[in-house]
Amino acid sequence: MSYILEQKQLDEIEQILDENLIDLGVHSVMLIDMAGNIVVDRNSGNSGPDIYSLAALAAGNYGAMNAMANIVGEDEFSLLFHKGEKANIHFSKVLSDYLLVTIFGKEVSLGFLRLKVAEVITKIGDLLPAQ
Amino acid sequence: MAFVNLKKKEVQAKIVYYGPGRGGKTSNLEFIYNRIRHKMQNEMVTIKTHGDRTLFFDFLPLNIGTIKGYSIRTQLYTVPGQVKYNATRRLVLRGVDGIVFVADSMAVRREKNISSLKNLEENLIAYQKDLYKIPIVMQYNKRDLGKKGVPLLSFAEMEKDLNSKLKAPSFGASAMTGHDVVATLKKAIQITMISLKRTLM
Repeated sequence: MSYILEQKQLDEIEQILDENLIDLGVHSVMLIDMAGNIVVDRNSGNSGPDIYSLAALAAGNYGAMNAMANIVGEDEFSLLFHKGEKANIHFSKVLSDYLLVTIFGKEVSLGFLRLKVAEVITKIGDLLPAQ
Repeated sequence: MAFVNLKKKEVQAKIVYYGPGRGGKTSNLEFIYNRIRHKMQNEMVTIKTHGDRTLFFDFLPLNIGTIKGYSIRTQLYTVPGQVKYNATRRLVLRGVDGIVFVADSMAVRREKNISSLKNLEENLIAYQKDLYKIPIVMQYNKRDLGKKGVPLLSFAEMEKDLNSKLKAPSFGASAMTGHDVVATLKKAIQITMISLKRTLM
């Protein structure tokens, strides 16, 4: 179950996240695994949130959402999004074992973000080890 | 599901405190947190129900220094012990690398300890993991209550009930006074790291 990522893979993932999401104006983005470990995190330079706690809660939250989906007869919920006054969080599954968590403000539209996230997932999916 | 980041030279591993409800899992983490909070940037995360029971999990990230140039980051989690919360308990176990089983030394909790260990075994099977192969440390908590006249199971009785087949390292401890709480954690980190080294190298 344990896995290793090399510098080259991590550099490529960081570059993809920077070019597609950080440059779009999101506050921060992180790629985590379902155990709550942080694989990559990128932010726009402002002091970010407590990412380790956020990753643990995000993985737990996603697991809980999936369990709820199963109870109502769905395989999974495709849109996981929490809206706040100043910050919003968007979750998206990458392969079957990773989660992309994006935090963004009012200046980014949800529709555009979802489009970009979908592109990112295709790109980084090829770089990650399947577990 | 430990993750090794070769770029940051960092190892992330997940240790879960498991055991029956009201056995002292959260108290273990709180003791550790209070000991080290002055050095920490992160706060301990807890999700509790109305009655002060853990609903989902407690979470404490711990940076424990470097081994051979790699910084080791362990994430400590607890699970909700109450029987009805098995769905969330199973979620928290996802990707677990090491376990501390916190058993309750009070004589009246004997059955609860045994059924919780059985429940752990079943939940691990759901992730294709084997209780007999995963790094695990047994902690017999609440030993301090013996001095207050509460009937306790003896260390030997608990070993026989819970550890006769597992033969895991075991500690008599008290999460309230802190006795052997850190020793339990150190042992858990040690055996988890040895096991990771074996699977990764």
